[in-house]
Amino acid sequence: MTGAEAANALFVATILTYAAAMFAYALEYAFDKRASKAVGEKELVAAGNAVIDRGTSADSADSGAESAPITPSAARGAGRIGLVLTFLGTAALAASIITRVVYTGRWPWGNMFEYTVGVALAGMVTWLVLVSRGTVPRRLGLFATFAVTMVLGTSVRVYTEAGPLVPALDSYWIIIHVTAAIAASGILLIGCVFAILHLIKRRYDRQVSDGKPIRFPLNIAERLPDATALERLTFKIHVFAFPLLTFGIFAGSVWAHFAWGRYWNWDPKEVWAFIAWVVYAAYLHARVSGKSMKANAPWIAILGYAVMIFNLTAVNLVFDGLHSYSGV
Amino acid sequence: MSTTEAKPRPTGPNNPGPRKSRPLKRLKSFGRRWWHQLTSMRTALLLLLALALAAIPGSTFPQRSVSPTDVDGYYTEHPDLAPFLDKLWAFDVYTSPWFSAIYLLLMVSLVGCIIPRLRVHLKALRAAPPQAPKRMEILPYHRSLAAGANQGRARAVLKQRRWRHVVREDDDGTVTVAAEKGYLRESGNLLFHTSIIFILVGVAVGSLFSWYGNRILSEGAASGFCNNLQQYDDYGLGAYVDETDLPRFCLQLDSFKAEFTDGGPTAYDAQVSYENEDETGSYNLRVNHPLSFDGTDVFLIGHGYTAVVTYTDRYGNTQTARQPFLAMDAALNSEGAFKFPDANYNPDTGEVDQDAETGFDAILVPTYDDSTQMLIGSEPELNNPVLALTAYQGNLGLADGQPESVYSINEDQIASGNLDQLNDEVEVIGVGDTMELEDGSSLSFDAVEQYAVLQVRHDPGGPIVLAGAVILLTALLPTLAVRRRRYWIRWNPDGTVETAGLGRNDFDGLDEECDELTALIAPDFEPPGQTESDADEPIGSKS
Repeated sequence: MTGAEAANALFVATILTYAAAMFAYALEYAFDKRASKAVGEKELVAAGNAVIDRGTSADSADSGAESAPITPSAARGAGRIGLVLTFLGTAALAASIITRVVYTGRWPWGNMFEYTVGVALAGMVTWLVLVSRGTVPRRLGLFATFAVTMVLGTSVRVYTEAGPLVPALDSYWIIIHVTAAIAASGILLIGCVFAILHLIKRRYDRQVSDGKPIRFPLNIAERLPDATALERLTFKIHVFAFPLLTFGIFAGSVWAHFAWGRYWNWDPKEVWAFIAWVVYAAYLHARVSGKSMKANAPWIAILGYAVMIFNLTAVNLVFDGLHSYSGV
Repeated sequence: MSTTEAKPRPTGPNNPGPRKSRPLKRLKSFGRRWWHQLTSMRTALLLLLALALAAIPGSTFPQRSVSPTDVDGYYTEHPDLAPFLDKLWAFDVYTSPWFSAIYLLLMVSLVGCIIPRLRVHLKALRAAPPQAPKRMEILPYHRSLAAGANQGRARAVLKQRRWRHVVREDDDGTVTVAAEKGYLRESGNLLFHTSIIFILVGVAVGSLFSWYGNRILSEGAASGFCNNLQQYDDYGLGAYVDETDLPRFCLQLDSFKAEFTDGGPTAYDAQVSYENEDETGSYNLRVNHPLSFDGTDVFLIGHGYTAVVTYTDRYGNTQTARQPFLAMDAALNSEGAFKFPDANYNPDTGEVDQDAETGFDAILVPTYDDSTQMLIGSEPELNNPVLALTAYQGNLGLADGQPESVYSINEDQIASGNLDQLNDEVEVIGVGDTMELEDGSSLSFDAVEQYAVLQVRHDPGGPIVLAGAVILLTALLPTLAVRRRRYWIRWNPDGTVETAGLGRNDFDGLDEECDELTALIAPDFEPPGQTESDADEPIGSKS
């Protein structure tokens, strides 16, 4: 097996492992009844009080699960398996990238495929850190593995044989600039997931307090943590990622000075990075400017990630600019 | 304005009251209202989003500041739409009035926001932490201590933990220690926003005082050039730069080497010699490794091939041309032209023969594969370079003073019949071969050399922007990471002790930190177990 084949095999293994983890998380999410304690306390939710699901309520909730196909404790076991699979998949993904490094003999951020894979890794590592610190409940891994598997699936569409780099990329700045961009994109991916979950939960809460029926897909929000807590976590993740994004743009413009002779060229990639930065700056401002603005903030965060995705896909594939390299 | 009140009041049934002062007052309140509106966070937010939106056209339309040739191309492709778009500054988005209006408004809003905040912050930096509210239990963190707390200990703990604090004693015997920490957050915040203005100033200085020139430089001493505008293929001068201000130096390309792997370039390596006022030297110029003279940088931004040909005219006179070719694709198949307007100089008449100006349109193929029917090669290396030539004789149209491309023969002259095409099918010749023309003249293909595209640039705004960006990044971290919070401990006259805490921004862990402080001050203090405040809880269960 050549290095390229080994890297690709590990890549496929990652996707399969994440898919299995997603399934395991889905079991825990659906059947670990203690997570749905909040449902029994509609009045509390309606009164605007935050309801946090806690492990202490497990025993009381277990009894209500007689109609479920698997028991809550089995569901929690599935969740534990899911977490182990997530760690394994992430290790395989890292190994795949390292294998690529070994046989190309260069830093692995040379084309769009490699970049996207890096974003997936950064997103998953972010997630695992959050779970390990106990910041987020394990069962939400369902959404994280889903988002990351989507990213990996997209990367396959732009798969490029690993080859040598064009001269402009032959610089240690590729380590600094692209790594910062990848890390920021990966962390913001998880931030965007939480922004979406918050909006779903918020809508669910409003439906409940209005006494309106809950239909699919809103009913999945039943097991989500408290909307306020989701919003705060969304904010914290963005606060962490914003300086990284800023640093990535800064490092890029220092590199642009050396490689292209100008620190800022209004190249399409730069234009859209600027737009993303401004949108995220708007998010951070919206978060601290009063109630009605704060309510819109998650939408701005999602808009920010839409810009990031546009900058990665459309700008690479459609626009012609200095960031266009051979292939994609 | 109260002074206007002193003016005599106009009388009359329709003129009650101080008419004259009202418009002024109204104008003032109108102005104040708009100023408040402009400097409000909501407006800043809308301006930010407007700025993001306004930047988009700059990526969808070619920009003059980036590539004027692309703008010309757009004009050719969309002759009807382009002039209209141009009126809307679609090709100069980032200097357009509407884009400028948005960012200038944003800057005004920013200044209007930071100046009052700066005033408040400077005052707070010098002032003692504020007094606790009378009813401390309304604060987010509040404990009534059963155990005793020592005043001296409170001060020692707060000092050791670098809290700014003050002890206040009321007449009724109440003693309060007020403490505050995290001033760096606001300092960073103000510095961050100021640095944006700083960066903008750097950009403005750059656009006024910078200059650049691009130059295609072939190998060899004969092609060397000195730094003045006539020597550049294209250039740009800032508004306040005079061409006589350019520093004096000369450059020549000693050798150029491009390395390719699997048909793609992997390294460009230019050896250049330079000479400025007091030194001469040589430099290995590569992508990412510019050559710097004081304040001026020379960048290697591209490369290509130069074809060397010799034209022997019908009278046996020869002239050699070194013509850089423009790459058309990644495999460096390149186009160019050779023009000999003063060939065929008749020694008998003393004039150039009528309609005997000679020119060639040419395509340079670095690796020609003669086993296929394809002229265009697929590799950029010089494995089998050929020239594909079409010869023209007649009037090249160079005398009319119109600027024209050196990379192609003037098509208008061909269309108008002033230039005759001599061969219907392109003639492909390799290095050392010769193309014979009907009139006895000939063109021989001597060699292929390489050229480098150099950009010489001086931007005095660059260091300002860099400094601004470094400040921005440095200030951003405390702006986002530092927590500003207050802590109070009060000894009431009735002997009870209370502590309270307040987070001045939204963050987790206030209760924990305050409990820790309280425990240090009152060693017997037992923090209550799990608090009911949701802010301090992880959002889910750990299992």
